[in-house]
Amino acid sequence: MKLLKRFFARLSGYANKRAQDERISEEIEAHIAMQTAENLRAGLSPVEARRQAILKFGGREAIKEDYRSERGLVFFDNLARDLRLAIRMLRKSPGFTAVAVLTLAMAIGANAVVFGVLNALILHPLHVPQAESLYGIQHGNDALSYQSYPDYLDLRDRNRSFDDIAAYDAAQVGLDTGGDPSRAWVFLASGNYFDVLRLQPFLGRFFHASDEHGPNSAPYIVLSYSYWHIHFQDDRGVVGRVVQVNKYPYTILGVAPPGFNGTLVFFNPGFYVPLVNQEQVEGENDLNARGKRFIFLTMGHLKPGVTKAQAIADLNSIGSYLEKTYPKDDDQRTFTLARPSLYGDYLGKPVRAFMTGLMFLSGLILLAACANLGSLFGARAADRSREVALRLALGASRARILRQLFTEALLLSLMGGALGLWGGFVLMGGLSAWQPFSRWPAQLAVNPDANVYGVALFLTLASGFLFGAFPVRQVLRTNPYEIIKASSRGVTGGRVTFRDLALIVQIAICALLVTSSIVAVRGLLRSLHSDLGFEPRNAIIADTDLSMAGYSGARVPQLQKRMIDAVAKIPGVQSVGLIDWAPLVSGGNVNSLVFSDATADLRQSNAAARSFQFGISPEYFHAAHTALLAGRAFTWQDDENAPRVAVINQEFARRVFGSEAKAMGEYFKRPDGTRLQVVGIVEDGKYASLTEDAKPAMFVPFLQSPRRRRISRCALSAIQRN
Amino acid sequence: MKQKTDVPQGTLALMVLKTLDVLGSLHGYGIARRIEQISGDLLAVNQGTLYPVLLKLEQEGMIASEWGASENNRRARFYRLTKEGRKQLQVETKDWQQTAALIGRFFTAKAEDLS
Repeated sequence: MKLLKRFFARLSGYANKRAQDERISEEIEAHIAMQTAENLRAGLSPVEARRQAILKFGGREAIKEDYRSERGLVFFDNLARDLRLAIRMLRKSPGFTAVAVLTLAMAIGANAVVFGVLNALILHPLHVPQAESLYGIQHGNDALSYQSYPDYLDLRDRNRSFDDIAAYDAAQVGLDTGGDPSRAWVFLASGNYFDVLRLQPFLGRFFHASDEHGPNSAPYIVLSYSYWHIHFQDDRGVVGRVVQVNKYPYTILGVAPPGFNGTLVFFNPGFYVPLVNQEQVEGENDLNARGKRFIFLTMGHLKPGVTKAQAIADLNSIGSYLEKTYPKDDDQRTFTLARPSLYGDYLGKPVRAFMTGLMFLSGLILLAACANLGSLFGARAADRSREVALRLALGASRARILRQLFTEALLLSLMGGALGLWGGFVLMGGLSAWQPFSRWPAQLAVNPDANVYGVALFLTLASGFLFGAFPVRQVLRTNPYEIIKASSRGVTGGRVTFRDLALIVQIAICALLVTSSIVAVRGLLRSLHSDLGFEPRNAIIADTDLSMAGYSGARVPQLQKRMIDAVAKIPGVQSVGLIDWAPLVSGGNVNSLVFSDATADLRQSNAAARSFQFGISPEYFHAAHTALLAGRAFTWQDDENAPRVAVINQEFARRVFGSEAKAMGEYFKRPDGTRLQVVGIVEDGKYASLTEDAKPAMFVPFLQSPRRRRISRCALSAIQRN
Repeated sequence: MKQKTDVPQGTLALMVLKTLDVLGSLHGYGIARRIEQISGDLLAVNQGTLYPVLLKLEQEGMIASEWGASENNRRARFYRLTKEGRKQLQVETKDWQQTAALIGRFFTAKAEDLS
């Protein structure tokens, strides 16, 4: 209490410092005058009387100083003085100041941005209530989390660990709101999706489990906030409006809250459609196919008190039940839990590793900057050793001098930090608006929050203290007498080695950074010049989505054939080929297990390989410049009525048949039991990513796979050459 | 030459409080004179050192001050004890007496008293 009272008294004393100064001066004058009068009465001469009075009073300035320190906040007083001096010193050497501030700004800015991304991706990825108890269910043996709908229902209804379990899949649809149809990415979500996430609608209502009454029973849409904002101009009247999704009428129920962009970070669906309407949205009904694991992710909140291990055990017991009950479809059903935001560990692990590495590197940049500034700062302090010595000789304490130096360092770091943070904001704004893939609604909102500010401030202060600490030893060792006597720059021992150390650290860090940059750039160059298995130069991809126009079934290949013919007639087009999912472009590649012809039990563990699968038109290899090494390409006769055939790549031949020579003319099996004959072998290529190792791939005639789920969704990519 | 005793700060503050308790409202010079008289010049009070102590006491709410006119019509700042100050003085007086009595007993104690 007393301390607090004094503090406020001091604070007010600090505020009206001038009035207080006048008060003490006046009191002293009065005091001396009274003592002088007393001395006069005692018989002293006027001059002597005053002299004695002053002597008796004591050192006036010292007392005023005492009075001041008693009165105000010395700390702030000194701080203000140090700051003024620091500003003067920095202004005197604008070059040094500019270099220091810029160095720090870049280092701190880089750290702020990297941390901002880390924060958005890993620390606070999902804007849903109680995100900490929300877990995604992924497979125990690989880091994937695909489930089939019947399996999902079993997991949902048989578990005792989750409040409830929701499921979603991402899909692309054609949306017609009356004017011009456009493509949009949607989440096919289970009816309980929003309830599991504990969200409340921004507008209208969500769909619920009670809306689901079998396939295609819930033609409803919930818009995401940003989609509503961009495509419906914040029109509150959209609720209840009927729009066309893939030519089917759907009713808009409501709008999701702002900030909620789906449950997959950096993938922002435009709207949400009930999963039971899969057939209308994706062109195929897999709701009863236990073997078709098309659901992207299942997730739910753990019940209070249930640990992760208990939940996993619970899920695994359901898994073994599924294995026993459905041995053909469900093989090795074990589960683990992971954060849903980055698609479990599949993306989560590499993203976390990458971001941690990036954070480490940017931390090193800051450390190098500090080492650099530290030695500059040390040099400056050395230049000022005479000043320091003089101040010491005049009675300044070493602590006071160090404080001054630290004030200067912190002032520099704060200026650098402010500039860096500003630059970081600009960059983060750019990142938030950046959509790296035009095909995908990939966007990451990097909004600087209190975490980012806090880290930036911490780094700023820490770096200020770090490089400000360099001259400490120097000052502590300064012997004012020696230095002033030497009348030249005093060199104290020890300093040189300390600065050498800083230099070594700096060089080491820089070497590390430069090397890692070179490695990264070289890796990128190598990836860009690696053999892709097709020729991207002068190729143009026309991407179409027939589902938007309501094409399905047998009409799809008919139209595709007409489109190929039409494109071929365009002047300048050299060749045209069709592929359902172009390699490296779509990302949504199709994987399929393959079995050797001799395998009778087609369960997962007996598979010979997992292979990419592409449906192509006869001219595709020619148009893509994919080298056919043996056998033949397809013809228009390889249709539904002809024997099933495939062209495989070299890796496929090696994995499944042992060698390319053995593969030609041989048969292999797909999970549904169909036998395919190998009629040709093409070169290996890159299919899903530039950095992947050689992977098996097979090509089948698109006329022979019209029912395959994704191709019946009618993605058509025509590769033309001109 | 025998050194005059330096005054510890707390003691000076206590003296100030007692002075104001006895004499009522008083200016700085008056307080200094009074302390000087009573100590019989035993204390080496640089008169000026009084002022930081006065300020501290005022900040703590023990004393209050206002401008007034001195005997010879000079503007001077007059200090008086507050209620809180009086309470504090009583507490500290008691503390001092206890301490003094204790020390006194120690100094007068003889060997046989302890056996």
